[in-house]
Amino acid sequence: MPFIPHTEDDIRKMLETIGAQSIDQLFDEIPSHLRAGSLDAVPSARSEMEITRLLSERAQQDSGALCFIGAGAYEHHIPAAVWDVAARGEFMTAYTPYQAEASQGTLQLVYEFQSMMTAITGLDVSNASLYDGASGMAEAVLMAIRANRKSKSKRVLVAGTVHPLYRDAVKSIVTNQQIELVEVAFDTSTLVTDFSALSAFEGEDFAALVIAQPNFFGSLEDVHRLTDWAHAQNMLAIGVINPMAATLISPPGEWGENGADIAVGEGQPLGIPLASGGPYFGFICCKQKLVRQMPGRIIGRTVDLDGKEGFTLTLQAREQHIRRSKATSNICTNQGLAVTAATIYMSLLGHEGIERVARASYANTHRLIGLLSAVSGVEVVSQGSCFHEFVLRVPVSSRLVLEHMAKQGVLAGHDLSSADFTLNGSGLKNCIVVCATETKTEQDLNDYVSALEVSLKELEGVEC
Amino acid sequence: MSNIPAELKYLPSHEWVRVDDDGTATIGITDHAQDLLGDVVFVELPEVGSTLNAGEEAGVVESVKAASDIFSPVSGEVLEINDTLEESPDFVNSDPYNDGWFYKVKLTDESDLDELLGADAYAAACEAEDH
Repeated sequence: MPFIPHTEDDIRKMLETIGAQSIDQLFDEIPSHLRAGSLDAVPSARSEMEITRLLSERAQQDSGALCFIGAGAYEHHIPAAVWDVAARGEFMTAYTPYQAEASQGTLQLVYEFQSMMTAITGLDVSNASLYDGASGMAEAVLMAIRANRKSKSKRVLVAGTVHPLYRDAVKSIVTNQQIELVEVAFDTSTLVTDFSALSAFEGEDFAALVIAQPNFFGSLEDVHRLTDWAHAQNMLAIGVINPMAATLISPPGEWGENGADIAVGEGQPLGIPLASGGPYFGFICCKQKLVRQMPGRIIGRTVDLDGKEGFTLTLQAREQHIRRSKATSNICTNQGLAVTAATIYMSLLGHEGIERVARASYANTHRLIGLLSAVSGVEVVSQGSCFHEFVLRVPVSSRLVLEHMAKQGVLAGHDLSSADFTLNGSGLKNCIVVCATETKTEQDLNDYVSALEVSLKELEGVEC
Repeated sequence: MSNIPAELKYLPSHEWVRVDDDGTATIGITDHAQDLLGDVVFVELPEVGSTLNAGEEAGVVESVKAASDIFSPVSGEVLEINDTLEESPDFVNSDPYNDGWFYKVKLTDESDLDELLGADAYAAACEAEDH
């Protein structure tokens, strides 16, 4: 018997049985204007040898440059053991079978992951992961609307300092469910949420307030005040956090008097390579009382008939294979392999190790801020506390500066003025967000400054 | 055969309602329903003070194997909910018509009751569903 499930002969027999002429005919009911058609932009097949050469050339474009770009994806050192273990056949190739409990090893790993995430966020429960940070925020928004029974509206306040791409992704996901996202302005000098702008919403009905910590600019918000304000307004508080930073600053569970209700974020900093933007994984944690509104898989620890410890899927009754159209969410998978790597990363480093990475990143960033304050013409816009990112204003076109520095082998930051975000006209012209993690040496920081000085000199007098 | 008290009114979706003299209606799910669901682990109840219309979703009852909507058999304002179910959802299994009640409403339209099934008609509906 051939391994390929559908041989030409099988297909012909199946078509004959149902009385169809061709496979294409099965798609006739889809109107032609809704079909993708042929993929004109995709080149025809090439040989393995040609592709290897092409990809090697592409890979060379990556190599060597010093990366100071963060903005949601962060370069951290990943110990070789992480992917050596994660890539073992038992983890890498295993697909959770439909009787998930047959894979006790996978379930135990996910259970450990959940335990670690609750420790990091200071909340009661975690799920088995989500697609990424942005879709995680969308799930948190949907969850808050389901869970907040004091709110009759389908409106959610979102701080303007939340990652712009997260806000875009959430908008795409929730707009067709008649959910309205209302943005809270930020203060362009302090780069944190403007409390007077927030106060203007006092007394209005919103299901939740979404806060980023650290925010998109790297600045630390007054999360205690924001959380307490949200709770006083009968809103849930949702924290979008960097798990690496949560070891140094108050975890969401400790925000304000009663803690944030839901925490979500991007798990990439925990052992996942940058890899051109993915695959990463999202995480979501919440208070115990919201657990029945939490989407996705949750693994629990239990005992079998003989009293032996085992792991099992739990709280499944509201998921789509049981609840169908009334399911809590349509999330029915998670990023198993990325979570495996993150769990190994966290196990290897431990809480203390992660905190050391965070401290080293913080120290490098602040060292760079110090060096840049001596460079004439540039201005460190960020005031107050930052984690491992800050905003820098350059005297000429930030786009040209970044391009020029890239030619010198320094990827100097994420351009804010190029962004088609709400940042336009917000006083952040020619500003970039710069990130220095623990991967940078003193020499690297000096190289950044030298490259910047060279570029500024070269571009002097260029129109912005 | 499951227990179907003669004095109650029923929905084919397995909710029961008991109306007191003062117009307070108590709602729960039937013995047959709890038997179908298996061990009940959680009951989500409406907010006290909210207004329900007959036929509207009033909450969710969740067992180890399923989560099912609770439909309100009658219209009215929610006066009280059974808080003890938070700690002891198993009352729904052990005593569905007494300790396992869900919520009480102030009946606004007595004619709602005319739409409901009597014990015999409900028994027949369960019988038909089983076959």
